[in-house]
Amino acid sequence: MGAGALSLSYRNRELAYLIVVGIITAVGFASVYIARKSQISAASLTYAVFFFALYIAAHVVARITVPNADPYLLPIAGLLTAIGLTEIYRLGPSNAFKQGLWVVIGVVVFSLALLALRGDYRQLENYKYLFGLGAIGLLFMPLLPGIGQTVNGARLWIHFGGLQFQPGELGKIALIVFLAAYLREKREVLAQGRVKDWGPLLVIWGGAMLVLFATDDLGSALLYYGIFLAILYAATARIKFVAAFIGLFLVGSVAVYQGTPHVRERVVNWIHPWTTHKVFCPLTGTMTLRQDCSSYQEVQSLYSIAHGGYGGTGLGSGTFTTAQGHPLIPYLSTDFIYSALAQELGLIGAAALLLVYMVFVLRGFRVSIVAGDGFSKLLAAGLTFGFALQTFVIVGGILRVIPLTGITLPFVSYGGSSVISNFLVVAGLMLVSHRANS
Amino acid sequence: MNTQLNRLALLAVLLLAVLVGATTYWQAWDAGTLAAKQDNAVELVSQFEVARGLILGANGKTVFAANRKVRRSGQTFYFRRYPAHGLAAQTIGYSTSARSQTGLEESLDDYLTGATTNLSNAIQRTLDRLGGGTVYGDNVVLTIDAGAQQLAQRLLGDRCGAVVAMNPRTGAVYVLASSPTYDPNLIDQPGGYAKVLKIRGSCGGSSALLNRTTDGLFTPGSTFKMVTAAAALDSGAFTPTSGFNDPGYCMEYGKKVSNAGNPDQRGPEAYGHVTLAQGFQHSINSVFCNVGKAIGGKTILDYAKKFGFYSTPPLETPANQRVPSGLYRNNKLWFPKDPATQVDPGRLAFGQFSMVASPLQMLLVASTIANGGLVPRPHIVDRIVGHDGSVVSRTRPSNLGRAIKPETASELTQMMISVVQAGTGTAAQIPGIQVAGKTGTAETAVNNVYTAWFVCFAPADNPTVAVAVVLEKQLNGFGGAVSAPIAKQILEKLLHH
Repeated sequence: MGAGALSLSYRNRELAYLIVVGIITAVGFASVYIARKSQISAASLTYAVFFFALYIAAHVVARITVPNADPYLLPIAGLLTAIGLTEIYRLGPSNAFKQGLWVVIGVVVFSLALLALRGDYRQLENYKYLFGLGAIGLLFMPLLPGIGQTVNGARLWIHFGGLQFQPGELGKIALIVFLAAYLREKREVLAQGRVKDWGPLLVIWGGAMLVLFATDDLGSALLYYGIFLAILYAATARIKFVAAFIGLFLVGSVAVYQGTPHVRERVVNWIHPWTTHKVFCPLTGTMTLRQDCSSYQEVQSLYSIAHGGYGGTGLGSGTFTTAQGHPLIPYLSTDFIYSALAQELGLIGAAALLLVYMVFVLRGFRVSIVAGDGFSKLLAAGLTFGFALQTFVIVGGILRVIPLTGITLPFVSYGGSSVISNFLVVAGLMLVSHRANS
Repeated sequence: MNTQLNRLALLAVLLLAVLVGATTYWQAWDAGTLAAKQDNAVELVSQFEVARGLILGANGKTVFAANRKVRRSGQTFYFRRYPAHGLAAQTIGYSTSARSQTGLEESLDDYLTGATTNLSNAIQRTLDRLGGGTVYGDNVVLTIDAGAQQLAQRLLGDRCGAVVAMNPRTGAVYVLASSPTYDPNLIDQPGGYAKVLKIRGSCGGSSALLNRTTDGLFTPGSTFKMVTAAAALDSGAFTPTSGFNDPGYCMEYGKKVSNAGNPDQRGPEAYGHVTLAQGFQHSINSVFCNVGKAIGGKTILDYAKKFGFYSTPPLETPANQRVPSGLYRNNKLWFPKDPATQVDPGRLAFGQFSMVASPLQMLLVASTIANGGLVPRPHIVDRIVGHDGSVVSRTRPSNLGRAIKPETASELTQMMISVVQAGTGTAAQIPGIQVAGKTGTAETAVNNVYTAWFVCFAPADNPTVAVAVVLEKQLNGFGGAVSAPIAKQILEKLLHH
């Protein structure tokens, strides 16, 4: 089989998968429509059509720019955005419209990234310090007075005009590019233990800990730090470095736990979400059971998941509001979208969703393994591991595997910054994959 | 570098696999525990998305429990309402918006919410749910006769007590009236529960929420002589014509147990030479005291067990709203290890000595005699009907086993007929219909204040209805005088059908 036939086969497979995703999307929206036709109109079905057209456009760009790229990544991104959009639509049609716009922007960013970097994305290596500084700058942006904003106890957002944005999401990508470039260059000397080369890495470590202190956000800190360690390990193969940095992280975490009430509360809610006796509730200043106060969100989210059982209630038939119409779980379509999906799709659906993430992660690592050069390998591995770790941190938090921290579920949660940064992940992986397969 | 990448890939997949495991834990392993949590708002709301099944009377027309449909923010919720306003309130129970449930609303919840399914309606329900349609629970048709139930509650008035009635052949319960009663619609209203708690019958101090028919225990007094007589005859120790001498008292432990303490007995205080049947007819304590001494406390208690004492009577209401009858010590059911030394057989024989019984249990005694010695299994649910009208399940009459021989039952029936014809229970006579009955008037802690019983069935030759009436704290109120007339009217009402 010649290279031409192979490339044609890759993109045609992608097209076939996208058609399958389109059909699933249509079924999903139809299901929501049938279950809630008293509240929503048949126009909702046009979402599926619009959505399909959007991904066909992305597919055409991929066909032109990266014809040899892995054919699974784009359809999986499509499937996950479709699942997210369907559920967001079911929870609140007005949010779905905004999310739809963000997906359009995401596809545009994806296309621009492919077009801009189709020549050789490895030129990014030359700007590594710019990416490093950019990452820190983006992470600190929410702390700037005037544009920074605190949501749900964590200072992660910036806003200008009516627009909210979480710059940390883009900071994550920038950090991965920096780490991949820097460690590709210094991996030998680092492995030998030359002290001065550790400087920039220690700056990054310090930066992440500072962000952790300043924004009260355990989840993002865990995510950045996990990505850093993964790339460090991949580059140097020195498990003792990883162990040392984990040790440093633990020291920092204990300090944060001692010094930050918000983080301490998260940990307490994680270990003891239910109390049988009344405890002091800082929200109301009265004595209540913890499940009626600070752990309310976590606990109700678990109830939501448990209500789904094996088969789920069916899309559009879940219980998410009180009899008075108030939402039962705050931040359902952003941080807690997994508990909404788990209720409506049940164990079968939720497990299937997690398997889709697994397939994406395995494809990502495959891209990394077949890539020809160190930078590409580290870049693909960093992007993929970050994607997996982010999924673990939010879903694991919801499922009480780890303390809950509010970050987004890649492609599924409502939120523009998340959608755009995840499209950049797909773009990066497809660029690396195309180069490796060409 | 690929070794490290492979390891990282493995780590990433493991992390995601942990999530699959954790999801399985919450959705399969721990789902039931979470669903039962009191603060589970998801379950709280989702139960109101189901149109709960109706609870209907035996005629299929009287609606004990129905739904109030409320549309809020595009969703339809079903809240409970009780159109019969307190008819059989304690038995029907309530289901509130705060998930508090009692009575049949609690015990039949799975049927009423459609949680119990067979294959055909499971498919229908899934389609309903996925299609956004209403999920309907199953309707419950009771054996309760709304007319007789209404009459019983009217006759009880504000007096504390209970009226129970059933078909002694099938065990189908017609009446379960407990007084004082309350309107279950109040429970869910602001301040309503407090109002219900304040309801006091004329006896004072006891709750309207208590289901006296199955959860109330009363000293059976002379109605317990049915059990003693059954034991005396069935064991072969006595016949109805066995002779006794009644000097007006019975000697026990060297002391006189006087008939004068028995308000149920009328006529002379000392009857002289009488038969066992006459002793029963006139409720003479000294006769039964001597029977008890002769056959012993153990025999009496063993027969009581056969009639269902010492076990919780079966019924579809929640098990914690029914109590077993028997001897109680320190508020606990007590079966003496050595009845020969621990039980006063003379006093037990006429239903004193810490013997207590629920109205349903005394009804079962009469029903067993009416049913030729077989204890009928009481039931209150006639059938469960799907929303489409198909019968989901139907209660088949059955019995709990044999308590006494058929001959003993017919001898007892004759003795009970004589009570109504010319004994202590003449107030229960119905022209043209032979009624068999037994009075009971048990002493309370207060002088001249009695627990007044009447237990009966009719027609005596082919019984179709059995009734038990108990009234608490009746000042100078004897079973034959205050309870028998109520029983008579309930019999008439039910025999009419």
